[in-house]
Amino acid sequence: MKSSKKLITEAAQAFTFTRRAFVLGGAHAAVGGVIATRMAFLSIHENEHYKLLSESNRVQLILVPPPRGWIVDRHGKPVAINRSDFRVDLIPDQMRDGERTVMRLAHLLSLPPDEIRRIRDDLEAAAGYQPVEVASNLSYEQYAAVTVRLPELPGVAPQRGFARFYPDGAAVGHLIGYVGIANAKEYEAEKNPLLITPGFKIGKEGLEKTQEQRLRGMPGGKRIEVTAGGKLVRELQAKPEVSGSPLPLTIDAGLQAYAARRLGPESGSCVVLDCLTGDILAIASMPAYDPNSFSDGIGSDEWRMLSENERRPLVNKTLNALYPPGSTLKPMASLALLHHGIDPDETVGCGGGYRLGNRTFRCLGRHGPMNMHRAIAKSCNTYFYSMARRVGYDAIAPVARALGLGAKYDLPVSSQSYGTIPDSAWKQRKYDQLWSQSDSLNAVIGQGYVLTNPLQLAVMSARLASGRNVQPRLIGRGALADLLPFRPEHFQVVRGGMWEVVNGNGTAGRSKLPLNGVDMGGKTGTAQVRRIAGGQRGQGGAWKYRDHGLFVCFAPTDNPRYACSVVIEHGMGGSRAAAPVARDVLTYLFDREKALETLDDFERGWGGGIADRAAQQAARWRAARDTPPAPVPPAAPVA
Amino acid sequence: MKPAQFLPAPVAQLPWRMLFLVMAIAGFGLVVLYSAAGGSVTPWALNQGVRFGFFFAVAVALSRVPERWFRDAAFPAYALFLLLLFVVEAVGFVGKGAQRWIDLGFIRLQPSEFMKIGVVLAVARFYDLLPAGEIRRWTAIWPAGLLISVPVVLVMLQPDLGTSLMIMGGGVIVMFLAGLPLRLFVGSALAGAAAIPFAYFFLLHEYQRKRVTIFLEPEADPLGAGYHITQSKIAIGSGGVFGKGFLQGTQSHLDYLPEGHTDFVFATMAEEWGLLGGLPLILGFVLLLRWGMGVAMRAETRFGRLTAAGLTNTIFLYFSINLLMVMGLAPVVGIPLPLFSFGGSAMMTVMFCLGILMSIDRASSLSLRW
Repeated sequence: MKSSKKLITEAAQAFTFTRRAFVLGGAHAAVGGVIATRMAFLSIHENEHYKLLSESNRVQLILVPPPRGWIVDRHGKPVAINRSDFRVDLIPDQMRDGERTVMRLAHLLSLPPDEIRRIRDDLEAAAGYQPVEVASNLSYEQYAAVTVRLPELPGVAPQRGFARFYPDGAAVGHLIGYVGIANAKEYEAEKNPLLITPGFKIGKEGLEKTQEQRLRGMPGGKRIEVTAGGKLVRELQAKPEVSGSPLPLTIDAGLQAYAARRLGPESGSCVVLDCLTGDILAIASMPAYDPNSFSDGIGSDEWRMLSENERRPLVNKTLNALYPPGSTLKPMASLALLHHGIDPDETVGCGGGYRLGNRTFRCLGRHGPMNMHRAIAKSCNTYFYSMARRVGYDAIAPVARALGLGAKYDLPVSSQSYGTIPDSAWKQRKYDQLWSQSDSLNAVIGQGYVLTNPLQLAVMSARLASGRNVQPRLIGRGALADLLPFRPEHFQVVRGGMWEVVNGNGTAGRSKLPLNGVDMGGKTGTAQVRRIAGGQRGQGGAWKYRDHGLFVCFAPTDNPRYACSVVIEHGMGGSRAAAPVARDVLTYLFDREKALETLDDFERGWGGGIADRAAQQAARWRAARDTPPAPVPPAAPVA
Repeated sequence: MKPAQFLPAPVAQLPWRMLFLVMAIAGFGLVVLYSAAGGSVTPWALNQGVRFGFFFAVAVALSRVPERWFRDAAFPAYALFLLLLFVVEAVGFVGKGAQRWIDLGFIRLQPSEFMKIGVVLAVARFYDLLPAGEIRRWTAIWPAGLLISVPVVLVMLQPDLGTSLMIMGGGVIVMFLAGLPLRLFVGSALAGAAAIPFAYFFLLHEYQRKRVTIFLEPEADPLGAGYHITQSKIAIGSGGVFGKGFLQGTQSHLDYLPEGHTDFVFATMAEEWGLLGGLPLILGFVLLLRWGMGVAMRAETRFGRLTAAGLTNTIFLYFSINLLMVMGLAPVVGIPLPLFSFGGSAMMTVMFCLGILMSIDRASSLSLRW
């Protein structure tokens, strides 16, 4: 032993061992205590939390999308229905060789490469048991081809679902809208897991969008017990899905389709109202997209073809296109003049124009002496210039608004442009300028600042026809509307002028209804697209600079029931382009056979119905990657 | 323990209280394995039962081996195990993979498993040989350090972090009990703490580093590598006090709990038996450890004392590392719960430990009698 501090003996070492062994034994017990405490903490204090997690592991909720409610017309005829749809999904958890399965499916269903890419991306992002759509809208043969190979394709789930179908196709496109798969933003807004269930679609436009909650219905649910591998152990309980409520429209599907077809190759709109109740019987805007192709997911090619078309098939021209209404406002102006005490028999001499200061406002003819009745029938600008100067437009604008112009209606649509009915206060507000007499003169013939949409024109003619304050409606049934605060005899004068337009010595004499005992009253309008330059009116040249043709009307004149407005974009004149459409559409309401006969003749000349022409156009577009030039009709006299 | 008259002396002399405890733990394990297999003795419970029977017999046989045989065999056994470790390492290097065993055809030998015992025996034997006065010298440290660190490094290279930590823990505890100055342990604990960042960045494999990160924050990656811990905690926590009932565990039966019959068997048990199953099991292990420490205290020889305490500590390391891991208090390292988890290696090691402990116990009681 050298000079170590302590003398260490075996006895001392044994003592050290005993002491340290106690420490070690104590440490063992302490760790045992920690473990026991931890376990008690997990199983008592955290029990609720982990029970929940364990349940959410074990039980998965599978949503069963409800069938969407039907949309039917006023007679119960289907406008939007559900067709059974064969589809194939993938359940990521149950797949074994993902890549091989996807390639097999791609081969069986002949999927295009960008679809295969999409499926791979979806699979990567999917949460295990949540199915991923492979393809929908399959033929029965394709569906069967996958079904018989199921044993070699683990994770593949063929399903029978529903797909939206619109029997009338493009004819109801803008009205009904379409459905589609919810995008990320829509999902964020609602946070409803139903929205990301494969095969589930929500309304994206039109009534499908605005009536979404009503049409959607309640999803059913299956609570299932699944293994970590995604294998179904058993179904715990199932809640049946509740299909969406049917949506009855005021629309007459036959009339709607007829109006859309009758617009033919033109770009325009046709609105028909029940002028007693305000029920919208038809609201057609053409050209239109086929909502069926949107609901299946539209291709980028098809989308480009639609968005590049100068006739704007993506715009609902009944609500979202504004036009200077032109002379179609003259009956309204006449009512305003009568209301302001103008004697309808007072005559104004028309010498082909009206002089205001050093500027001449032109009329379309030299009409000679004009009273109100003949001024409406001949659409004499001079009469209205003279009268508007006398009463001022501030006296006319309130009547325009009372007849529904410039108004935004309470309608279930995604958007409506409501235009302008100007007056001095409006001009002061908007331009900080005083209203001038020439503003009044322009406004009274529906030019200048005046802008309206076709639905407003139809409402105006409905209110003129019935004298009732009808509100347009799309859903359900309207009741008989209240009377407007104007004198019935004033309405009689106006309607008389409108009768003359069509049935007497007027601007739309060629559009008399081909019916016995039913007369139509109307008013033509021609709206300039650009200022008259060098005396050239918009009666020729490039399509997009030609005048718009407008026509408002009602029938029967002796007991008005229906009112209608037709706008043909760049149709060059109301009498030539718009009035014949209105004539045939109203004829349909009284004599279906006759109207359809006329239409068949037209469609033979145009190269087929809407779908045929759309197919031809698509073929041409694909061939040329260019819209076909607009047909140039021969020049004709102006309305 | 009073020998019963009707039993032959060698049987009566066995520490039956401890053996019943071991049988109870293993029997409970078999019940849990039966449930884990969905109510079937195959593929685990039957296999495990046969294995337990065999190793139980081996342990009883070992208890009849005189303590001095183990003492004399300590260094040669250590040398043999070390050689085997080198062989595995070489084979693994050639095979370009993590090779942890030698395949003898009828059995797969895992030398690192034997080394857990080998290190304890060798270090105990070393301090047994060391004269008492040398204990505060450098010569008391470096040979033991070498005995420990060579296998530790070899096993870590395999790579098997859990086993190498256990080998190190087994050896170092024997050094501690041998009476080395305390400041040495405090000092190296501090140095070790300081070296953690270094070890983390340079010594650990990518997957081991990931396990440590996940241990610190398992919920960060609940579907990835944190899955084990998360699901294990769900199983234990959802079991509550009374458990979900025998064969009613959903975490284990629906495969949410990975390794539910091996490393995470405790979670499988806890889900179905709850705290009422867990606390007795934990208590059973603590009692087993207490018996082991009692053997160490009673042992007559320095080798016997150090070996008994060291081997008890080896059982403790299995038990504590596994349960702390299963409850989310330690990183995921592949350490099973001895006697309970399905698998032969840990059971073999623990039963060998118990056999040697019984042998030491017998030696001390014999010397008492004489």
